[in-house]
Amino acid sequence: MDFTPHTDEDVAAMLATLGMEQPEDLFAHLPDHVRVEGDLDLPAPLSEMELMAHIDALGARNRTGLVCFAGGGVYDHFLPPVVRSLTMRPEFVTSYTPYQSEVSQGMLQVLFEYQSMVASLTGLPVANASLYDGATAGLEAVNLAVAATRRSTIWVSRGLPPATRQVIETFARARDLRVVEHPLAQGRTAWAADGAGGEPAAVVLAQPNYLGFIEDYDAAVALARDMGALAIASVDPMTLGVLRSPGAAGCDIAFAEGQPLGNPMSFGGPVLGLFATSHALMRRIPGRLSGRTVDQAGRTAYTLTLRTREQDIRREKASSNICTNQSLNAVAAAIYLAWLGPAGLLEVGEQSAAKARFLAERLSTIDDVTIPFDTPFVREFPITVPVAPDAVVAAMAERGMLAGIPLSNDYPELQGGLLVAVTERRTRAQLEAYATALEEVIADA
Amino acid sequence: MPEAGGRAVSAPLTAQGAEPTLDELTVAGRRASSFPGLDVPPIDELPERAQGRPALPELSERDLVAHFTRLAQRNFAVDVGSYPLGSCTMKYNPKVADWAGEHPGFRDLHPSMPPSLTQGALAALLETETILCELTGMARATFQPPAGAAGELTGLLIMRAYHTAKGDARTKVIIPDSAHGTNPASVTLAGYEAVQVPSNDRGMVDLDALEQAVDDQVAGLMLTNPNTLGLFEEEIREIADAVHGVDGLLYYDGANLNAILGVARPGDMGFDIVHSNLHKTFATPHGGGGPGSGPVAVVDRLVEFLPGPLPTRGPDGLGWEDPPSSIGRVHGSHGNFLVVLRALTYMRALGGDGLRSVAERAVLNARYLEARVAEHFEVPFPAPCMHEFVASASALKKATGVRAVDVGKALLDRGFHAPTIYFPLTVDEALMVEPTETESRETIDALADAFAEIAALAAADPEAVQEAPHHTPVSRPDDALAARRPVLTWDMEPEE
Repeated sequence: MDFTPHTDEDVAAMLATLGMEQPEDLFAHLPDHVRVEGDLDLPAPLSEMELMAHIDALGARNRTGLVCFAGGGVYDHFLPPVVRSLTMRPEFVTSYTPYQSEVSQGMLQVLFEYQSMVASLTGLPVANASLYDGATAGLEAVNLAVAATRRSTIWVSRGLPPATRQVIETFARARDLRVVEHPLAQGRTAWAADGAGGEPAAVVLAQPNYLGFIEDYDAAVALARDMGALAIASVDPMTLGVLRSPGAAGCDIAFAEGQPLGNPMSFGGPVLGLFATSHALMRRIPGRLSGRTVDQAGRTAYTLTLRTREQDIRREKASSNICTNQSLNAVAAAIYLAWLGPAGLLEVGEQSAAKARFLAERLSTIDDVTIPFDTPFVREFPITVPVAPDAVVAAMAERGMLAGIPLSNDYPELQGGLLVAVTERRTRAQLEAYATALEEVIADA
Repeated sequence: MPEAGGRAVSAPLTAQGAEPTLDELTVAGRRASSFPGLDVPPIDELPERAQGRPALPELSERDLVAHFTRLAQRNFAVDVGSYPLGSCTMKYNPKVADWAGEHPGFRDLHPSMPPSLTQGALAALLETETILCELTGMARATFQPPAGAAGELTGLLIMRAYHTAKGDARTKVIIPDSAHGTNPASVTLAGYEAVQVPSNDRGMVDLDALEQAVDDQVAGLMLTNPNTLGLFEEEIREIADAVHGVDGLLYYDGANLNAILGVARPGDMGFDIVHSNLHKTFATPHGGGGPGSGPVAVVDRLVEFLPGPLPTRGPDGLGWEDPPSSIGRVHGSHGNFLVVLRALTYMRALGGDGLRSVAERAVLNARYLEARVAEHFEVPFPAPCMHEFVASASALKKATGVRAVDVGKALLDRGFHAPTIYFPLTVDEALMVEPTETESRETIDALADAFAEIAALAAADPEAVQEAPHHTPVSRPDDALAARRPVLTWDMEPEE
């Protein structure tokens, strides 16, 4: 199938106005050595029916329908139909970046509302219109800190999500930035001000951290203040009904993996990065901002603003190169947050935490399964199992469950570590079934 | 009955009147969400407990739906009308690709799922990679970069890794003066100095200036071909030779790949690293600014530096593997996977023949429209255009005071999106027009008529054009006020 409307007559008539006969004539000015001779080795066109059968067949090779206990930033929350239904409005889906304000008021206002709600969630006054994901938002936070402090060392907690640390490392290697990792003790960051070396541009933690444990905000923020560094927190947006916000804790920048806000898990993308900061850093914020102003008649109007920060104007002096972002995912997040409301946010946080606690208590009664530290967690926690975590995931999948994320590569110090996440979607029956299945899997091993 | 025949796809937005914001619509106690009752014991206490609740909106589902539907009606989109926005390739986004992007076989996959449970997703990535590499003449590709700019940075980090492995990272990357703003920004972020080379009087890279600029500190060159004027760089082989002569690498910015699908390949032109914008060339929707997908493909000798992990075929099926000298991760998961799946759907629908006809008809539409627009506006560079062309309102401005921005705004009143304006920076009062291949002859004619009508109106009544748009939900916003006294959230008070 093809999506061009041209009939043979259209093509002939249009070519004729150009004094041409064949479509190839359009490319006659290209040097011979770059022109493709004959046909490339590409598949034949498919009809819509054949195409859908092909995608169905690929999809059937994935294991779907597993009851999900995996998290690490991407979580299986309830996704109400109203969010997809509104997000997929073609006016949102098929528009470009809202540079032409007069015909983009819809998208600009949604982004303004999204920014407002992200600011409210994080307790910080300014939020941008989205970044790619949590990991790259962490990189942008670090870049901002490096530019604002003119320092080149970053202190990060080992509790920061591994992929975020890896993305920061990829960039740091090219820019000669030094990343100093502060270890975990009993599941929480043991910040070492002495001997860490270098004046840090930022102190970066995750709250809760990747293992699910609740960090001591005050210790990290005080350390940042003492060192003259920015305090940066990666947060789980679904816990912000029950946990203190990064803004209330005194952080200068908050970022997050925003997928849980109304977006499907999507194999990890497209998701979105949340990013919020203080008034003082407003003019350094990366990415797009929708602002409220008035039109020529004095009516309320929205427009992309503070554009002199951005790459298309600042070019080589820009501190971020982001252009295309994750607007449609931000639309979904805005609709979801408006659907959820303050009471819903609290309920999701409370339910997830209560169910996580319930599951952890059940699992800790299984022989040879331990929860490695007696440290408070919110809705995700590590367990250690006496068999290889990869094998546990495989065996649990046969029982219809995605058991969690093996920690063997990222936290080898937790031997047999498996990270288990719980959302409000999980029922007591599913939690009990998980415990029973895990007991069987270990017994069978 | 009206006569049978095609009609132009153009429709002005008509929704008038302000839509309140969610905080203004809030009534304390209203709520759309509901959950089952808690079936386990509640938690008693948590450290770091929140004091109070975030101030989120409170409204019913009915109010929520009305609000976002009204906002949608205040937004122009490809599905509403023609969108000839230069450099952005705003073609029609097939609905079957949206269907694929929402497919239950993919949508709920967790990124941590092991290969044994995600063979279909890995197969989709490899299939897309094979087609993309054949189209670009490259060996392998990564889909981690979630957008074009992320692809640029990834490509530049690969360039740096290549030179570092040879003992010297080098210091400079050359870009033409007509480059997209992301190019110089990415160069700086990759730790390089951006060195600009001028265009010649034909709108192409000035080969003499390039040869002057090339030395042993040049890591590479970033180039778009066709370039941002819509012109094919005919001296591409000489350009490649100059850069390769000092062991520099050629980076292809895929913004304009639509023009050459199946006709010419970056690999055959001498490029070593190619990023593609799946949200341009391969018809995935722009989503109001994203998500996109900016895969980076490379020649054989650079495969070892690609970000990891890469999909791989092993004895036990498909899996993941880190290339030996990988630059590391550039995304938290596997990139914008569902965007890649949409692009694959599009590629398979068209197949080799359809992809080539995309390039032919994109160029045909642009060339045909250029000829008609040139009757009323200057086209400063006479070389035949590819998928887009750049006209100038410079003469119009001298004669009438009407500028490029005014022409764009007047198009909004006529049911078309504006072209890209004031870019590239090398053309005064630039109007960059890219009709794309999915617009019909009737639409292209109507767009040409609109340009002609605006030029005539500018001569007769310049103020009518300068005050455009007149029929959109709002008129021109006060951008200066927005920047001077930023109001970025509904809680933010403008500074006095």
